[in-house]
Amino acid sequence: MQVTSSVREPLITGGKTVKDVSHDISRQVEGAPTKSWWIAMAISLVVLAYGFYCLCYLLWEGVGVWGLNKTVGWAWDITNFVWWVGIGHAGTLISAILLLFRQRWRMSINRAAEAMTIFAVICAATFPFAHMGRLWLGFYWVFPLPNTWGSLWANFNSPLLWDVFAISTYFTVSLVFWYMGLIPDFATIRDRAIVQGAKARAVVYNALSFGWSGGARTWSRYESVALILAGLSTPLVLSVHTIVSMDFATSVIPGWHTTIFPPYFVAGAIFSGFAMVLTLLLITRSVFKLEDYITIYHIELMNIIIIVTGSIVGIAYITELFISWYSQVEYEGYAFYNRVQGPYAWAYWSMMTCNVISPQLFWIKKIRMSIVATFVLSIVVNIGMWFERFVIIVTSLHRDYIPSSWTMFHPTMYDIGEYLFTFGFFFTAFLLFAKFFPVINMAEVKSIVKATSERTEGAVGQPVEGGLPRH
Amino acid sequence: MKDSKKIYWKGIEQLANSPEFVKHAHNEFAPAPTPEEASGHNRRDFLKMMGFGMAAVSLAACEAPIRKAIPYVNKPMDLDPSIANYYASSYVNGGDYASIVVKTREGRPIKVEGNALSKVTRGGTSAQVEASVLSLYDNSRSRYPKIDKKRAAWEDLDAQVIAKLNEIAGKGGQIRIVSNTILSPSTKSVIQKFIAKYPTTQHVQYDAGSQYGMWKANEESFGTGMIPTYDFSKAKTIVSIAADFLNSWGSSIENTITYGKSREVSESKKDMSRHYQFESIMSITGANADYRSQIKPSQEGAVAIQLYNLIAAKAGRATVSGSELNVHHLAKAAEELWANRGSAVVVAGSNDKAVQVIVNGINDMLGSYGTTILPNQPVNFRQGNDEAMAQFVTDLGGGKIAGVIFYNCNPVYDHPMGAQIGEAIKNLTLSVSTSYKEEETGVLTSFIAPDHHYLESWNDFEPKRGSYSLSQPAITPIFRTRAAQESLLTWSGEKNPDYFEVVKENWRNWFFKGQTMDYQTFWDKCLYDGVFDTDATGGGSVSFAGNVNAAASAIAANYKTAGVELVIYQNGTVGDGSQANNPLLQELPDPITKAVWDHYVTVSPKDAAGISFEESKTKLATITVGNKSITVPVLVQPGQAQGTIGVPLGYGRTEAGKVANGIGANAYPLVAMVNGSLSFGASDVKFEITENNYQIAQTQTHETYMGRETVVQETTLAEFQDGSYVKDKYAPQINTWKQEDHKADPEVMTMWKNHDYNIHHWGMAIDLNTCTGCAACVVACNVENNVSLVGRDEVINRREMHWLRIDRYYSSSASVDDWKGLEEAAENPEVVFQPMLCQHCNNAPCETVCPVAATTHSTEGLNQMAYNRCIGTRYCANNCPYKVRRFNWFKYHDNKQFQDVNPAMNTDLGKMVLNPDVTVRSRGVMEKCSFCVQRIQLGKLNAKKERRRVADGEVVTACAAACSTGAIVFGDMNDPESKVSKLLQIKPLYDERKTVNDKEAMNPRAYSVLEEINVRPNIFYLTKVRNKEEAKA
Repeated sequence: MQVTSSVREPLITGGKTVKDVSHDISRQVEGAPTKSWWIAMAISLVVLAYGFYCLCYLLWEGVGVWGLNKTVGWAWDITNFVWWVGIGHAGTLISAILLLFRQRWRMSINRAAEAMTIFAVICAATFPFAHMGRLWLGFYWVFPLPNTWGSLWANFNSPLLWDVFAISTYFTVSLVFWYMGLIPDFATIRDRAIVQGAKARAVVYNALSFGWSGGARTWSRYESVALILAGLSTPLVLSVHTIVSMDFATSVIPGWHTTIFPPYFVAGAIFSGFAMVLTLLLITRSVFKLEDYITIYHIELMNIIIIVTGSIVGIAYITELFISWYSQVEYEGYAFYNRVQGPYAWAYWSMMTCNVISPQLFWIKKIRMSIVATFVLSIVVNIGMWFERFVIIVTSLHRDYIPSSWTMFHPTMYDIGEYLFTFGFFFTAFLLFAKFFPVINMAEVKSIVKATSERTEGAVGQPVEGGLPRH
Repeated sequence: MKDSKKIYWKGIEQLANSPEFVKHAHNEFAPAPTPEEASGHNRRDFLKMMGFGMAAVSLAACEAPIRKAIPYVNKPMDLDPSIANYYASSYVNGGDYASIVVKTREGRPIKVEGNALSKVTRGGTSAQVEASVLSLYDNSRSRYPKIDKKRAAWEDLDAQVIAKLNEIAGKGGQIRIVSNTILSPSTKSVIQKFIAKYPTTQHVQYDAGSQYGMWKANEESFGTGMIPTYDFSKAKTIVSIAADFLNSWGSSIENTITYGKSREVSESKKDMSRHYQFESIMSITGANADYRSQIKPSQEGAVAIQLYNLIAAKAGRATVSGSELNVHHLAKAAEELWANRGSAVVVAGSNDKAVQVIVNGINDMLGSYGTTILPNQPVNFRQGNDEAMAQFVTDLGGGKIAGVIFYNCNPVYDHPMGAQIGEAIKNLTLSVSTSYKEEETGVLTSFIAPDHHYLESWNDFEPKRGSYSLSQPAITPIFRTRAAQESLLTWSGEKNPDYFEVVKENWRNWFFKGQTMDYQTFWDKCLYDGVFDTDATGGGSVSFAGNVNAAASAIAANYKTAGVELVIYQNGTVGDGSQANNPLLQELPDPITKAVWDHYVTVSPKDAAGISFEESKTKLATITVGNKSITVPVLVQPGQAQGTIGVPLGYGRTEAGKVANGIGANAYPLVAMVNGSLSFGASDVKFEITENNYQIAQTQTHETYMGRETVVQETTLAEFQDGSYVKDKYAPQINTWKQEDHKADPEVMTMWKNHDYNIHHWGMAIDLNTCTGCAACVVACNVENNVSLVGRDEVINRREMHWLRIDRYYSSSASVDDWKGLEEAAENPEVVFQPMLCQHCNNAPCETVCPVAATTHSTEGLNQMAYNRCIGTRYCANNCPYKVRRFNWFKYHDNKQFQDVNPAMNTDLGKMVLNPDVTVRSRGVMEKCSFCVQRIQLGKLNAKKERRRVADGEVVTACAAACSTGAIVFGDMNDPESKVSKLLQIKPLYDERKTVNDKEAMNPRAYSVLEEINVRPNIFYLTKVRNKEEAKA
């Protein structure tokens, strides 16, 4: 019996030709920045400057400028850290796992997602540094460097040390992977610059592309390296947030000491990462007019991933609640009772609403296919995921074993300021990236363009004549 | 292990082992060279010195000189750098007294501890005593004599004072010496000399916490005015009618000790006293009671009368008339008092003679005199005479007095009529203040002749009949001060008097008789011991002759229950306010309210409706008594009787110094005279809660222990006696598939390999039964370990640095499953105090999580903190189940921001108090209790020098040393004979590994806090036993 599979919809619409791809994407790099880019950049820089002031004040005065106290030793700092690390995960997932699974739709989004990963990890890394009491020593004492203090060594039992390795490995691999992918595209821009006679640009992009020749052997090696790096990155998608979750899971604090954390954190990370990718891409798509490259089909697929991961997260929350009752451990029980009913219940219910209920709306196709709804929900999900980390960290700490030490945590302007600093940095970096680097992987996208280099007349927005009919 | 044949030697001398070396081998420090070796210079020496000098100058030019490091050119006698010296002395502040041992380092007193040789305070201390060492370095001390607020020379001041005295004497004008209780017989002799010189002088004594009513009642009842010693250790039934005898009433340190003895239980002593408390506020004493009943302050007399009548009915004496009250447990208390007569005691806090006469009558019927009350051993702490003082104020106001010498007292602040005194001072011909600080009175007097601080003074004391003690200077006077006694003697006409010689001569005359040794030896011994006791005079007996009927009618006439009633009391921190400028006390959480740096009015939860008191957020309230009113924030106090409010004294200082000025309001003016003595209560008070918001700084904001049995374990005496407690004792079990019944002791389910502590295994036992919550240990810990003080704002940010805290929990009336309900304290809750410090876990959760291994485990069971290695991730603090780790959020030393609240680390004078053996921690590092590792190290070094093992009791942590009741016991758990091993009945878990960390405490009362998480603390708590019929959750 013969099975006829339905024909897939084209991933790139608008009958784009290979030339169009080069042109559409390179022109952002080549032209002058748009007005909206300048406005966005100005806002980002202002936020960055304010955040930088707060950061400097923190380093000058001490960690006491934050609202932490004797009982709640981590709050916004580590919440933000985990949140940013989580956001980074989508980039790696898209570039590594989806590459291995040959999900070709990833090709038009992986560049931006990877850039997001790099910037998010940098943002995340600022918090473990800033939260240290003695940064000037801690920044190198956490590494097992040879020293003159006899056998004094880092403590390999500590999950914080594992974090150091996990995050630094993750950052390095992601950076290499991202940059490697950029090389052919830099070469494209270089080639176009030569044609356009822009000498300076040609020199710069030639250097950035490491003198890419575009030979068949180069391409072959390029693809091999991409596969190897994808293979290396794949376990990192799982390991990084697993290790971050162990900061909590290996402790003795009720609400932290939970074996469910590794899968739950990874799912949450992908959940929030996809939401952030959506937020960024919906803006980029509209600002840079890339609707044909990042189609509604992409958005729908990402929304489906959000439903899946959001549901995993939801099940994890409910499992936690169930186990806290089922275990009959008084402290565990109270920790969750306190989340649901205590003074931070508003945070818990914000988390539940944003993370468990809101993604379920994507079951409705209309919402899933709506740009506006997707944009709003992507932001809602990220708010929810921030609250998830806040709930885990602060509500577990503020009322743990010994009731005499129970306190509340109140953020100060410096807690907020440091968070703003990372936002300022993230958007500044992303805007610079969007302006100077090709935001879509031209080389890969060209492999999925369903057309020759010849344009068919009047085909914009319509199925390509002679092509495959749409369903 | 085989014996090694190798010989190690420290130097050629030891190897040669010459007789010269052997002779000096026991000296750790080599004796100074003989003069012959040093004498005689020649040309070569000159050249050598020249060369050395040149080299030294050029070397010195290379590096910045060390600031203010002054080497000893000649080593002072008995002073070895880095070796502490201890001097026996006496703490005296007004009528408060403790015999102490002062620890000095390089000539600076840095710590005071109790003197165990004293028969009065028996090695006990209080928070005020422990904190007093910092008062020596108070920046607001008087630094030189002053005339009319201007610096003057002593000679000029003396000339002018003498001229004025003679002027007054010439006119026949009246002179008064006003003081608090004077415990010193020699000072009294000096005052007598002064009076002999100026016969119009009268000496007036008063006390801020007056007990004059009691003194008068005893005078009426037994013919002699006095305050007897109470021996609670002999009491089986203790009834206290609003007497806070563990904190501010009578000989409170001694009371705490004897009370602690009566509360102690063990396998061999299965009985303890039962304590009934009838009171309005939640006092420290009331918090320790087995049965606590709420009454109004106006009912104290009525309760006493009712108790009198109940007992009189049994004793067959005539009852007296009094209104019938329905007070919980009163009849039961009477039953038990009568059943235990001869070993029962009733005390009342009232300062009214009438109430005290009734109580004397009760005690007389119960046969307490001679057993639990010792009239032959009167204590002298409160000799103040309220009537004489009131007369003085009247005379002063009436212009009948020309000259007043305020001898080390501050009545402008701490007397109810202080304002009138202050007004009248400026009309005086002569006004002198001798206090070591100017304070509210000193700023008004024309002459300031500052006395030394007690740690700089010679003096003697008679705290109790037959018990004497000395105080000796532990430091040369820091400022240009002079002993007040010498001032008085100078003004009496003596040339260059030496008070030391006066004391010494007096002691020769008074006590030397019948001694077999020579006087210098006798004196040296007294000085060395700090105390001297003449033969004990026994309990004594008295015959009661008080007029109970008159007393009952006086009570009926003087007290009416009406409106909101006020109690004015001394809290457990600043007390009467004389040491309010001591930041150690300001930042000490009050044992009950846990408030710091704040004044407040305690209000019952029902009366404070509308105030949520969440995170100590509250409103200000105005309290008006007569025409005087104060405004202070409301503190919602469980256990406070409804319709009553309580205001602590000791706040509202205006001239105490930067620490205390401006905190709260002065409550002394609200005190009135009733029946000839000061009455620390008032009826029909106007109490209005305003709309002004305020946040009180409290170190503990959650009141209950949420029914968590692994945190606090309690039982009743009956269950403890019949052993059912052991059977039902809370023992956490973990579900497992391994064991047959699928339950396992958490301790056997471990991945840890255990540590072997081959030499010492330090451990601690804390008896919740004898801990009264007094918090002396907290201050002792602060002083010993240079713990930073952070001030009110940082406490509100929940960042106090105390290494040792006392958790105070109230019981809740909710069921253990009702988590919401458990958050609320009961209306009249039971209270438990739990000292909480680093538990030195053997499986320490903090140690595994530090990324840089800054907190590690020692080979002796200590969880130790390497500040230099710490990078401040705070992960250890998060992962500490006991939340005892403290982070340096800011730089607390050499930082202007903390100058006023933490003078000990921010001012040159204050820094003298720092313990040089303990690092001052820098910004960004974690710190916590070290089990006083510097003391352990010292003990080990001393033992090593003598080639022996550390003896039990040789190493004591500061908290254990400060504990009057001995509730904290520290020692080596590897030594089966140590006190802590015996108390806990320590048994190594494996016979073949006796020194392993896994040791079981076989004392049935012993438990570890949070046992089920298996962190295996080295601190064990002993279950609290309540002597009552049923325990609340």
